[in-house]
Amino acid sequence: MDLAYTEAEEEFRARLREWLAAVLPSLPAKPSPDDWPGRRAYDTAWQRMLYDAGYAGLHWPVDAGGQGATPTQHLIFLEETEKAGAPYVGANFVGLLHAGPTIAAEGTAEQRARWLPPVLRGDEIWCQGFSEPDAGSDLASLRTRAVRDGDHYVVSGQKIWTSHAEVADWCELLVRTDPTAPRHRGISWLAMRMDAPGVTVRPLRTLAGSTEFAEMFLDEVRVPVSHRIGAENDGWRVTMVTLSFERGTAFVGEVVACRRTLAALAAEAQANGGWDDPVLRRRLGRLNAEFRALWRLTQWNVSEAQSSGGVPGTGGSVFKLRYSHARQELYEAAAEVLGADAADLDREWALDRLSSLSYTIAAGTSQIQRNIVAERILGLPKGR
Amino acid sequence: MDFQLSDDQRALRAGVRELLAGRFGRDRMRAALDGGTGIDRALWRELGEAGFFALRLPETEGGVGLGLPESVLLFEEAGRSLLPGPLIATHLAAGAVKGAAEGETVVAVLDAGQPVGHLGDADGLLVLGPGEARTPGPGSGPEPGEARAVTGGALRDVVREAARPVRSLDPFTPLWRVTGPVGPGELLSGGARLRDEGALLAAAEQLGSAARTTEMAVQHAGEREQFGSPIGSFQAVKHLCAGMLVRAELARSAVYAAAVTADRAEIAGAKLLADDAAVRNARDCLQVHGGMGFTWEADVHLHLKRAWLRSGQWLTAAAAEEALAADLC
Repeated sequence: MDLAYTEAEEEFRARLREWLAAVLPSLPAKPSPDDWPGRRAYDTAWQRMLYDAGYAGLHWPVDAGGQGATPTQHLIFLEETEKAGAPYVGANFVGLLHAGPTIAAEGTAEQRARWLPPVLRGDEIWCQGFSEPDAGSDLASLRTRAVRDGDHYVVSGQKIWTSHAEVADWCELLVRTDPTAPRHRGISWLAMRMDAPGVTVRPLRTLAGSTEFAEMFLDEVRVPVSHRIGAENDGWRVTMVTLSFERGTAFVGEVVACRRTLAALAAEAQANGGWDDPVLRRRLGRLNAEFRALWRLTQWNVSEAQSSGGVPGTGGSVFKLRYSHARQELYEAAAEVLGADAADLDREWALDRLSSLSYTIAAGTSQIQRNIVAERILGLPKGR
Repeated sequence: MDFQLSDDQRALRAGVRELLAGRFGRDRMRAALDGGTGIDRALWRELGEAGFFALRLPETEGGVGLGLPESVLLFEEAGRSLLPGPLIATHLAAGAVKGAAEGETVVAVLDAGQPVGHLGDADGLLVLGPGEARTPGPGSGPEPGEARAVTGGALRDVVREAARPVRSLDPFTPLWRVTGPVGPGELLSGGARLRDEGALLAAAEQLGSAARTTEMAVQHAGEREQFGSPIGSFQAVKHLCAGMLVRAELARSAVYAAAVTADRAEIAGAKLLADDAAVRNARDCLQVHGGMGFTWEADVHLHLKRAWLRSGQWLTAAAAEEALAADLC
């Protein structure tokens, strides 16, 4: 049990800090959340800066163009960039954290050469075409069909909750290639160009009023067979690789951000007198315990991943369950600190309170995560 | 950074688990429950020989020379097995009260306003000063941040004149209320630190209990059949069990990290989350056991009662939350 970082790790942190301090002032102003082309330009510019400095794909294997960093170095990277106020992966999210690692793990040499470098350079943006109107949490019931026609698949169907669809170049697409096989066995993983004929994107407005994601209609879209990652009908297994990456490290920066938000809430409460209310004060104290512990759980999971070879384990589900609820509690407390101002969407945290509602749903609902914990960690029998 | 148990720590934990399974397994535990709740002096000495109390004393003073993380692993095992007695106070008194390190003496703890466990069996009493500043009042107790040790005739006076027994919530922990004055006793060094360490070790016991009730619930849910299936195949039960694991694992990270840093706010967070995990997991375990869970025969109530008791000891939720709030400023 050791929370001290090694000398090499501290050196890595110091170099990173120095670099962040030098380059962040040159980053353009942050675009508005509804300005998708602006967001893409901002996020890809940041990715390019990372690439030029040798930080792109930090945790990717070296033979995939990454830096082969240890999970601890990746943790330090996410911690320091968040502390410095650097952009998070943003529009590069799917490419860097899902599609890229999946192609790196499951793609052919040719596929890796085609798709990985543009992700690292920030030249190409990916989006995720997994969920469908009738296949969200029950992903294996997806119905988007791909029918073989010579050396192409002809894809028809509908996807939903697709973040960055408006500005993406590629989509990691799950399709049903064998409708007669058992649900998990007839699925394939395709890389689809977003400007292919037959792809229509329609933005969806969230309850927060913004267009965070889109629905996507696919009408006889032709995708080359060579754009399939993994074997035909083996897409479910490939997808499980993707999801373990999603749940493993996706929230590290956010825990750091939540701890900063909590400190800001305490300062606000002290300024506006809310701090004198022992109920509110103690509530913030309890949240301090929560986010401190979530940070320690992150370090625990990262250390475990490091000693087991780098692939995130089911600990991610334990973390995600607790974190998603804690984040909602944080913004409920924020509303109490704000008092009457909680109704003003221009006040800090008011909009975040709305956004936090997605956390117990996105990336596997809390109910699905509890099933994962109960069945895969505790070994309880499968059931309905 | 390698925030995992080292090989030595794993071996230590396995050794203690084995020792406790052999000396205080379920049959012994139930027999002790039926046969009276006095301290088992032979077992106490055996714990002493195994280094349970002297673990953190330097080797030059006859101790084992290990640190807080190792103590936390021991107390986690004690919490799992429901091992009774004022283990924490005796561990903290090792080196300061004669015989504590060897398990020859039993040291109880008096924290103002709290009932005292095992006072009748105690050879020494660790008296804690208030955690926070207080208004001066009558009495000669320790000042804030101080700790004193009361032994010998002064201790016998407390038992005879200043204390009365209470019908205890926890059948393993006889309780006494101390309402009269307690002699000044001998001043111990590092009083404030003793309270923090006590809170951390209590958190470790809570963690062990929370992990154990999770196992008990999962085992029962996998065996007990209703409607033709193990009840663990029903989502309603499954989700209770998953929630228990999540609470225990978050508490584990908090407790282990606090053991490494010994940071005061971190210890407060660990106690808060471990109390929560122990109490709520015991309640959920009882729920998973259904009607059987409400009987004396099931062990669940023993975990719940001890968890309730520990929640009020060393550091209460209110005090922990205030400390954590102050840490935000």
